[in-house]
Amino acid sequence: MIAIVDYGAGNISSVKKAFEHVGAKVQVTADPAVIAAAEKVVVPGVGHFNRCEFLNEYLRAPVLDAVKEGKPFLGICVGMQWLFAGSTEAPGTPGAALFAGECSRFPAEVKSPHVGWNQIEFRDGSRLLRGIENGAFVYYTHSYRAPVVPETIASSGYGGTFSAAVERGKVFGVQFHPEKSGDTGLKLLENFCEL
Amino acid sequence: MSSEGLTKRIIACLDVDDGRVVKGVKFQELRDAGDPAELARTHAEAGADEIVLLDITATSGERQTLVEIVRRTARQLFIPFTVGGGIRTLEDAANIFDAGADKVSINSAAIARADLIGEIANRFGSQAVVVAIDGKRGEQPPALAEVYVAGGRKPTGRRVLDWAKEAELRGAGEILLTSMDRDGTGIGFDCELTAAVASTVSIPVIASGGAGNAQHFQEVFTAGRADAALAASIFHFSTPGHFSTPGHFSTHPVAELKQTLLRSGIPMRWPC
Repeated sequence: MIAIVDYGAGNISSVKKAFEHVGAKVQVTADPAVIAAAEKVVVPGVGHFNRCEFLNEYLRAPVLDAVKEGKPFLGICVGMQWLFAGSTEAPGTPGAALFAGECSRFPAEVKSPHVGWNQIEFRDGSRLLRGIENGAFVYYTHSYRAPVVPETIASSGYGGTFSAAVERGKVFGVQFHPEKSGDTGLKLLENFCEL
Repeated sequence: MSSEGLTKRIIACLDVDDGRVVKGVKFQELRDAGDPAELARTHAEAGADEIVLLDITATSGERQTLVEIVRRTARQLFIPFTVGGGIRTLEDAANIFDAGADKVSINSAAIARADLIGEIANRFGSQAVVVAIDGKRGEQPPALAEVYVAGGRKPTGRRVLDWAKEAELRGAGEILLTSMDRDGTGIGFDCELTAAVASTVSIPVIASGGAGNAQHFQEVFTAGRADAALAASIFHFSTPGHFSTPGHFSTHPVAELKQTLLRSGIPMRWPC
């Protein structure tokens, strides 16, 4: 069972639906016991980084315990940004700091939010992106982005290059929305399910 | 590692009346175009970047029907899906999201009570709130374009540019701008009005009303500065070859349009 962590960050019914479409058994939950019992954990989310307050307060320990136990973890959008140290969007709200650096707003030269389909460029060897073509289009909607770090496995360009996906061991994060990225996104979710 | 690659979006709109997709409201004769779930899937497969479903009946008795249509349409749809028509309260919006929509489009209800924008944005995020604006200006400059509500029947006395800015400040994630002067005409989008709105707000602007051929889309993405363009009837009803350049093999209207735009230098998600 995959636990989809519900911490009040937007509508997550489409994440659930997409996982079910690729054959996964999922449970949307805010219950630490369910997270502890899951084989894999997904932290979705869209909207303001301050939503991570709830995550930090009530679910940080079970989620990070799952990561420590080596369970596959996927953070989506704000869920990926949470893997970093924090975000200038909510300076008082720390992230999990599994990856170094801070998320920040797009520069003023480009329209913000970044909404729509953009291409990902990636290096070979990512288990999450297996079977996906380099340059594939994915759907984004966000105003803050994560920096490129050594664990960046895919990037996109908009007001400079930012992390589209990060991967270390079984910890993954994607800034885009695989549940809304057509066949490319479904393939990614399928890859995650197969880990 | 990568280039600046945000594409322009082609949005297929389904006008739904009594559970069926019909030809746009401005036309005298309502023509049946099929089942919403089926059409949404066909358009998505052909390369539509997003699907918008607008309930044009939207009478109170039909609300539950709409939720069921949304649920059925969303089930097989894995691209962004927006639903509009008769959403008046946070609870209406919540029901639509629960049925599988990613964004709601609000129009008259936002004019009647602007707090609704912030209420939905606070709970579901700004990206989930599209404020639809029906604007009309006749021969006047864009700055004097007026907002209409109730399906374009009622003038509000408000200026389109002011309302667009207010909607953004209140938490709208995108503006869906329909030119009432152009809607249903097929003579092209109102690029001047679209550009005026696009330079007033920093959120994406979706242009609607007037699409007739590929050139119109090209113009609204360049001169009109639109981030996305929406059309309905021409995607459901146009015959093969409508959007193709001569000699090009035609498929689905959306696929034809995207290939034609890509060849003329507009960044498009293609192949899909």
